[in-house]
Amino acid sequence: MNAREQRLGICSSLPLSALLLLTFIAPLLAIAAFSIMPAKVFTLAHIPDFSAYAEFVREGYWKSLAWSLGMAAVATGLLLVICWPLAYAMVRIFKRFTLIITLLVVMTLFVSENIRLFGWVITLMKGGLFEGYMHSWTGIGFDGLLYNVPVIIFGLVYIYLPFMLFPLTQGISMIPDDARYAAADMGANRWQIFKEVELPLAAPGIVVGSLLTFVLAAGAVAESKLLGGQAVIVISDDVESAFTYGQNWPLGSALAMVLIMVISVLIVVTLMKVDLDKVMGKVK
Amino acid sequence: MSETSILHIAGLRKKYGDFIALKDIDLDVGEGEFLAIVGPSGSGKTTLIKLLVGMEEQTEGSIWLRGHRLDFVPANKRPTCMVFQSLALFPHRSVGQNVEFPLKIKGVSPAARKKKALELLEMFRLPADYYHKSIGQCSGGEKQRIALARALAFDPEILFFDEPLSALDYRLRKTLEKELKNLHLRTGKTFIYITHSLEEAMVMSDRIAILNSGKFEQIGPAEEIYNRPKSRFVASFMGDVNLFDITMDQNSGQVSIPNFSIADDVAGSMAIDPLAVNTLMVRPESIRLLENTETADFVTKGKILGKYMLGSRIQYEIEQDDRNVLIVETANYSRGGTPGATVRLGFSWPQSHLILEAAS
Repeated sequence: MNAREQRLGICSSLPLSALLLLTFIAPLLAIAAFSIMPAKVFTLAHIPDFSAYAEFVREGYWKSLAWSLGMAAVATGLLLVICWPLAYAMVRIFKRFTLIITLLVVMTLFVSENIRLFGWVITLMKGGLFEGYMHSWTGIGFDGLLYNVPVIIFGLVYIYLPFMLFPLTQGISMIPDDARYAAADMGANRWQIFKEVELPLAAPGIVVGSLLTFVLAAGAVAESKLLGGQAVIVISDDVESAFTYGQNWPLGSALAMVLIMVISVLIVVTLMKVDLDKVMGKVK
Repeated sequence: MSETSILHIAGLRKKYGDFIALKDIDLDVGEGEFLAIVGPSGSGKTTLIKLLVGMEEQTEGSIWLRGHRLDFVPANKRPTCMVFQSLALFPHRSVGQNVEFPLKIKGVSPAARKKKALELLEMFRLPADYYHKSIGQCSGGEKQRIALARALAFDPEILFFDEPLSALDYRLRKTLEKELKNLHLRTGKTFIYITHSLEEAMVMSDRIAILNSGKFEQIGPAEEIYNRPKSRFVASFMGDVNLFDITMDQNSGQVSIPNFSIADDVAGSMAIDPLAVNTLMVRPESIRLLENTETADFVTKGKILGKYMLGSRIQYEIEQDDRNVLIVETANYSRGGTPGATVRLGFSWPQSHLILEAAS
C-alpha cells in the first residue's frame, strides 16, 4: 500500500469516524460531565463538585448496584450450567436438529423482551395460568410466584439465554475431536477429559458468553420491574428514576458512570487474559 | 509366532449398516515388532486402528493382548497409545504439559513428571527450554517429536501410528522415517504403523500387511512383498510394475505371452496353473535395453514414448506393437535411447515373478 492510498483511506473513513464520535462518544462524555455537576442542574455551566457520587454512597444506592451485580452473577452462573450441555449436544449430538433449536432460540428474539416478560407475568401471577388452574382443579390456592428475587433471576436467565448459548456452541465447536480421543487414549476418564481438555479449549466461548450475559443482566431493568415488582431495586431502575421522577440529572449520570466503570474494568481485565482472535476462529 | 505374539486378532469384522469395512481379519503381531499396515484410502485401515485403540466396536471377532481379551476394555483403560494423524497435541498446554499429560492422568507427582518430561525432550533432541514453550511456536518436525514423546511418556505396550507423517514435506518425512526406525530399535516397543505410503512402510517396518477392501492381501517382510507379491493388486500397489497375461495352448501345452519370444527351456519350466489367472510380473529395473545381438529369456521390442529423469535412474515408457506400454528403468549412466526410437528389450526368468490367482 503506498502513501497516497493510505491518505485516501484515512480521508474516506473520516465521515463515519466523525459520526461515530458524535453519536457514540459524545453522549458518554455528556453523562460523564453531568455526573460531576451539583445536584438538580440542567446545564454544564456550573462549578464541578462530586456531590452526586457522595450521594451514591450516603443514600445507599450502592445496595442497588450490589443487587444488580449479584443477580447478574447468579444468572450468568446458572446460564453456564444450563447452556453447556445444550451447546455440547448442539455441536456434537443433534446434527440436523441443531438448526431447529437455533431457529427456535433466535425466533424468541423477534418478540419484544417486555412482551415476553408480560407473558410470564400472566403465567405466574395470582389467578394466572399456574395458580389459577391449580386453584380451580384442587381448590388450593397460593399467592402467585411473582415479586421475589428468584423470579427476577429466572427472568434474567430466560431473556439472556441466547447470549450464552451461541458463544458456548462456538467455543465447544473449537475443541478438536482428536484432542478428546487422544486424552481418552492416554487414560483420561470423562471428568478428566472435561477438566483438562474440553473446558480450557472452550474457554474463549465461555468467557465471551459470560461477559455478554453478565454485562446485559447487570444493566437490565425490565425483569426486576415486571417480574420482581418492588422486591428489590436495581441500579438501572435508580438511574431511570433519577432522570425522570427525581429530575436530578447529575445523580442519574453519576449512578450510570459507576455502573459503566465497574463493567469496563471487568471487561478490560477479562479481555487482557483472553485471546479474542481464538474466539473468532483465527488460527495463529 | 504365536508364542511370542503380543497382539492377536481373530476373525475381526466391522460393518457400518450394510457396508462391510473389515472382513475376517486375522493377525498376529510379535513382541517388539514394527508392523506397517498399508492400504489405499477406503481399504479399512483407519477402521482397523479405531477398533484396536477402542474408538469403535467391532461387529464380530476378538482382539487379544498377551492372552487377555482387549476388545472388552474401554479406550481409556487400554495399555496402548496412538499417535494421531493430526498429532492431537493440546494447543492450550505448553510442550512440557503435553508430554506430561499421561503422567498427570496417572497421578504422578509434579516433580517426577517434570523429570520424565525433560528426559523425553532430551531423547528427542529438543532443548530443555522447550518445556515452557507453547505448542503453536513449534515447527512441524518438533510437533512430531513432542507427540512421540507424549506417547512414550504413557509407556504403552503397543504404540499405534495413524499416518503421522503424511502432512509433512518430503525431506522432513525422510528424516523422521529414519528417526522412527531408530526409536523402535532403541525402545524395543511394538509399533503398529498405518499408512498409505508403501515407501514409508518399506523403509521402517519389519513386516508389511497389505490391506485391500477390508481384508489382508498379503503379510510379509518388505522384500517378499516387493519381489514376490501374491496378487496383481499387491504387485501394482508396491510401486511401478509390468504385468503380463500368460496363456497356455490347450492342445500343445505351449506357454506364451503376447508380443514376447520366450526361451524354450524357460517356457518349459514355468509352473503355470491352467485353471488360475497366470500373470508374469517384472519390475521396471529388471528390464534391460538389449544390444543388437544380445538375447534374454524374454524378449520383445517397442517404441520409446517417453523418457523421464528420476535422479539416480532414468525411466522409459515403451510401447509394444499391441499398444501395451512397458515401464523400464535404467541406471542414469547407462546407454539408453531417445523418444521415437525402436528398441529391443528383455529380462531374465529369475528376475521375474509368477503370480497365480484364482479365476474369479
